[in-house]
Amino acid sequence: MNELAIQVRRLTVAYEHKPVLFDVDLDVPKGRLMAIVGPNGAGKSTLVKAILGLIPRVSGTVSVFGKAFSGVDPRVGYVPQRESVDWDFPVSALDVVLMGSYHRVGWFKRPGNHEREGAIQALREVGMLEFANRQISQLSGGQQQRVFLARALLQRADLYLMDEPFAGVDAATEVAILELMRRMRDEGKTVVAVHHDLQTVADYFDDVALINLRVFGVGPVDVVMTPERLRQTYGGRLGALETIAKSATGAAP
Amino acid sequence: MTYNTGIVLLGACLLGALCGCVGSFAVLRRRALMGDVMAHAALPGLPMAYLLAGGKSLPVLLAGAGVSILVGMVLFGAMRNRTRTQDDAAMALVLASMFGLGIVLLRHVQNVSTGGHAGLESFIFGKTAGMVASDVWLTGGMALVCLAVIALAYKELRLVCFDPGFASSAGIRVGWVDALLTGLLVLAVVVGLPMVGVVMVAALTIIPAVAARFWTESLGPMLGIASAFGATSCALGVLVSASQAGMPSGPLIVLAAAGLFAFSALFAPRRGWVARRIRLERLRLAWRAGRLDP
Repeated sequence: MNELAIQVRRLTVAYEHKPVLFDVDLDVPKGRLMAIVGPNGAGKSTLVKAILGLIPRVSGTVSVFGKAFSGVDPRVGYVPQRESVDWDFPVSALDVVLMGSYHRVGWFKRPGNHEREGAIQALREVGMLEFANRQISQLSGGQQQRVFLARALLQRADLYLMDEPFAGVDAATEVAILELMRRMRDEGKTVVAVHHDLQTVADYFDDVALINLRVFGVGPVDVVMTPERLRQTYGGRLGALETIAKSATGAAP
Repeated sequence: MTYNTGIVLLGACLLGALCGCVGSFAVLRRRALMGDVMAHAALPGLPMAYLLAGGKSLPVLLAGAGVSILVGMVLFGAMRNRTRTQDDAAMALVLASMFGLGIVLLRHVQNVSTGGHAGLESFIFGKTAGMVASDVWLTGGMALVCLAVIALAYKELRLVCFDPGFASSAGIRVGWVDALLTGLLVLAVVVGLPMVGVVMVAALTIIPAVAARFWTESLGPMLGIASAFGATSCALGVLVSASQAGMPSGPLIVLAAAGLFAFSALFAPRRGWVARRIRLERLRLAWRAGRLDP
């Protein structure tokens, strides 16, 4: 796997005066599922937003598919945190999914039948077809997350950055999202997801990046999730870290 | 109805439609109070334009108001970005100080103007009686241009209001769309100044939009309903104001809008208070009768 989907070099991001990410290097190989893991306030979401150019960098470079990345590329899709939008906004699920086609439609034009069919297909793929015309506030948290994923599907990107796609969803949706991500990977796409559940990292993802202001390890889950690295990342506060690490790296308990 | 009342009524309807439409986006983008800051910040521009241009032709006065709003916005931006003032505090500060400056300048102009009466104070609460056809054409023309721009950029405005982060990643220049929305709001406020006045015009951008939200779950219909509510409020205000000598039109327009809001909040199907109450009581009755199925 010598081709990289994302290459981050010496990335530093600060809010006010305090760095949130410091001197971060990150390589994401193509065609893999990577989890970005770390404690609360570690800069996980910030890393995703900084890669996308949604917040200014103090220093550092980001390349996507081997080219310097400005933040806009039809091959890059983004699934924001579910809480980042107002779910009482007057739009239907289908309207939201259609937003995934806007970069193809262009300024001043409306999505046509072709985009509409694509949106319906995307809703079907996430099991939300029957909710197409529902106003989005009448959807459960898991259904809202599925709508976001359907929108991402319609983008037809090769690389997806997802901010906490598993946050606040029920078990069925978690499985559905995971299956979708695996299908994306099997089609050669790359998925990078902010993830907060250490227990499931090894089951769900191929690679992991341990982040807490700095990078404490990047690579295949069974290599990176050592007790030592987890302790460094989480500051040694979690008693369960060793157990998680052992099960992730396959060591005997 | 005289020809002049008819013309004023037409202009008022277009103004109301514009404010309802632009206001819907402003409310959804959480910029509802920005319109109020803009309107109050417009006031110093009127006497300044009067003094500098030496006359009270409406286009000149409104241009002065527009410039004054831009000054207010720059002040607000500087305060927010360069000092550690919170948004709401910075808004209150700009709103009150620009309005204060406007009142002082207005009084000054009134004292020095020959004939003792420049007539600018009608901009505080709005007046329709003195409007002539050319003023209405100006108002209506600008309203139509703004509505056309909204129709063209509808998709982008909606996406940026709903999910700016995703919009940005999808290649939409959020800064430009926000600037467009700000520009539309400035125009709506400026166009509304003569009829509704600086104190009330922002309410005309907020109230019809919020009232319209009760009737629909979709943005397109919401824009239509907000426009209809805005136009109805303006028409009612103008008609009552025309029949009552000396009654300023702004407060009447806003009262009409508030009435529409109260009606919507109470009686709209599904989202209205009565409908929600009835739904709850039905569920309770069904529960008591043992007919509530899971």
